[in-house]
Amino acid sequence: MGSDLVNIEVNGVKLAVPSGQMLIEATDRADIYVPRFCYHRKLSVAANCRMCLVEVEKAPKPLPACATPVAEGMKVFTRSDAAISAQKATMEFLLINHPLDCPICDQGGECELQDLAMGFGRDVARYSERKRVVKDKDLGPLISTDMTRCIHCTRCVRFGQEIAGIQELGAIGRSEYMEITTYVERSVDHELSGNIIDLCPVGALNNKPYRYSARAWEMVAKPLISPHDCIGSNIYAHVLRGTLKRVVPRDNEQINESWISDRDRYSYEGIYSQDRLDKPMLKRDREWLEVSWDRAIEATSSLISSAASGEGDALGILASPNSTLEELYLLNELACHYGCNNLDHRLRVSDFRDQDSDPTWLSLGCEIAEIEQQDGILVVGSNIRMDTPILAHRVRSAALCGASVGFVSPEVYEYHFPQTAYLHAPAETFVSMFVGVLAAALDILGDKPPAWIANALKGINIESEHRETAAVLLNKENSILLLGHFALRHPSFADIRATAAALTELTGSKLGYIPEGANSTGAALAGVLPHRGVGGVKRGDPCGLNVQEMLNSPRRAYLLYGFEPEFDLTNPALANDALSAADTVVCFSPFVTESLLDQADVLLPIATYAETDGTFVNAAGVWQSFNAAVDCVGDAKPGWRLLRALGNAIGITDCEYRSVEDVREALEAKLGSRKSSNRYRGKFPVSLMVPEIGEKVLDVPIYLTDGIVRRGTALQQTQIAQVARQGKSIQG
Amino acid sequence: MSGGSLLSDHTRSEIDRWVAKFPEGRQRSALLSALQVAQHENKGYLTRDIMDAVAEYLNLQPIEVYEVATFYSMFETKPVGRHSISVCTNISCMLRGADDIVNHLEQRLGIKLGESSDDGKFYLKMEEECLAACCGAPMMMVNHQYYENLTAQKVDKIIEKLDKQD
Repeated sequence: MGSDLVNIEVNGVKLAVPSGQMLIEATDRADIYVPRFCYHRKLSVAANCRMCLVEVEKAPKPLPACATPVAEGMKVFTRSDAAISAQKATMEFLLINHPLDCPICDQGGECELQDLAMGFGRDVARYSERKRVVKDKDLGPLISTDMTRCIHCTRCVRFGQEIAGIQELGAIGRSEYMEITTYVERSVDHELSGNIIDLCPVGALNNKPYRYSARAWEMVAKPLISPHDCIGSNIYAHVLRGTLKRVVPRDNEQINESWISDRDRYSYEGIYSQDRLDKPMLKRDREWLEVSWDRAIEATSSLISSAASGEGDALGILASPNSTLEELYLLNELACHYGCNNLDHRLRVSDFRDQDSDPTWLSLGCEIAEIEQQDGILVVGSNIRMDTPILAHRVRSAALCGASVGFVSPEVYEYHFPQTAYLHAPAETFVSMFVGVLAAALDILGDKPPAWIANALKGINIESEHRETAAVLLNKENSILLLGHFALRHPSFADIRATAAALTELTGSKLGYIPEGANSTGAALAGVLPHRGVGGVKRGDPCGLNVQEMLNSPRRAYLLYGFEPEFDLTNPALANDALSAADTVVCFSPFVTESLLDQADVLLPIATYAETDGTFVNAAGVWQSFNAAVDCVGDAKPGWRLLRALGNAIGITDCEYRSVEDVREALEAKLGSRKSSNRYRGKFPVSLMVPEIGEKVLDVPIYLTDGIVRRGTALQQTQIAQVARQGKSIQG
Repeated sequence: MSGGSLLSDHTRSEIDRWVAKFPEGRQRSALLSALQVAQHENKGYLTRDIMDAVAEYLNLQPIEVYEVATFYSMFETKPVGRHSISVCTNISCMLRGADDIVNHLEQRLGIKLGESSDDGKFYLKMEEECLAACCGAPMMMVNHQYYENLTAQKVDKIIEKLDKQD
């Protein structure tokens, strides 16, 4: 697109717009309204709905604004008689076959066709013949269809081709017989597929779990941040009388553009799961009693105090990385009160040998949007489409712009874009395969390795696949190496990271991490780590116990915050033993499960992401605060309130916070800098020996990542979830 | 490119020839020709398996192939008779008696437009648009051949000849 400006005139208003732009882009920017159905700024131009016809001086016929490039001296009229009559005529054609079922259509009230029919439709239809009827398609558990309503704008088809990268829907037949379909009855499985619901300008594609449960105008849209990955996708919760009815994307060009993953969209069902813990409960003589909040806080305070007073080391605190920044900070304060250094949020990590070389927080290494501008991306140990679907979309955009994208992956995952290298490296040989890439890079550049890595390089045979993978980062202006969930969970993470650091140093690339959970960054800033306090300041020597050590050498008391030990830890069996042996287990949880009933002594119901105020800090270091969108289920309370009440009960000084803002300010006052540098300063002696992996969980399927997602009934019915349950790996 | 086990060697080499005419990575452009060859090999119609095989061979999504196969009237996605007969009923042919030709064919073959004969030999195609042979109206296309200035007798001869072929 040229950067030269051309002068045009729209409705008598002079505009200078970049040449090469389509008319509709210019009018949109100038806030001049042109009706449209098929045009979408994130998709290619189809020009098939004809709704955006406008009058252009000297043109013999009205022209579609979405497919007419601006030209010097062009005079455009969007509201002239000719333009309006063309738009009205188009509207009449579109309505010929559209059913008049707005009263029973979920799209009613937020329908582009309905809105434009108000502006451009006739009061009385002239068409009295039979309307066509199209059979509905079964696209799976997420998207409902009413195909008779379809106006063939093909936004959903183009979304598949251009954004998802795999065309699952198509337009078969022609003219009157054209239908949007999968042709063969099958579900639409891509992890971003729910976005076609928002794209559909009519009620043909709708949200299946939400179907018929509310009307658009009854609900209030409240901004939230998605709690399932480190991207922090911006979402709106649509709320009806205090209940979350559905989730839709909130535009943020820097983070999620206009898209959200299906996990972000449909996980909310988990909030209203049958097994929500709705009352505080106390175990007395193996019997569970429902108690008042006062009683529960008092009991919790005395249980923890009797276990940990004067002996902080007897206590172990484990918190979900999906907790809010404020909750995590208050947990840190609680630990400090007891002089306890045993606290951790790295629930699925198993290698802590080189934790002192960790940056303050594991950063993505660049802004999320900047991923698209890289010319070399090497993804190491990540099933990135499943771990962070939105980030995978950015990587795909980079690849389509010509970036070299390579993978070092334990399994063969499917990607819908050109890849320059794919190194298949199973868990057991992951380190040696990856060190092979470093060896290849050294060999190509004729460079010497750092001393601490030289030993490992001796046993390496450089194969052509290593060279291809190394080439992804070589001779690039702007390249990045991303360490994903699998790498972070690997028992040889220290070796992998040291190798990655050497490789990025050598090639002049950035080193980036894709941390787990929504708020690992926040957890590190708030000091929920055994070796570091608030802002990454080193804790006492020796440092506290990490999650593995806490479970390996059982503590007398545990405080579990916001997760389920049987699913969210690397080694559930080990956790079970440790928790069963402990005198006291205090559990803050939104959900109640059999094993929690078995292991815990106190169960305190906490709010989920939609029910609490808080802040998530994403992997790029963006602080995003949000307010509770819905009422808490049952007697559950926002976690920060409970922790504050508990702090008061156990006598922590200065624990008089009246709002999350107060908590956040207290944290910020202690925080020197929010920034973090991924520059590796360690010298970890890399070894090719991989410790036994055994029962450790290295790959967590997309719809099993946290308690809320696991309870999303529609998500659990998807093809992706079903195949994952059968123990196979699958991609859309 | 791989797969396509349902496609004969001949079909594959024909597809390869077409693919070679387009720039690399634009194998989608060869889809029309590929389907034509595949349909010809399969006695005049496409099955889902064949379309899937073409998709696999050209490295396309199956739906991309279904879209094209269902759009163009030259492709049949349901089993039809071996010999495809299209009588032009557009304006010039209509004025020159195309409707009589259609009636005659329907009677002779015992089928209606859009149907195939029970012996699987003949298929009368539905509503074919102008085939650009107005100067020889009325006309019909049988398989890929044009027959012009038709009369009932002429039609009978053509049908008899085809009947003997198989």
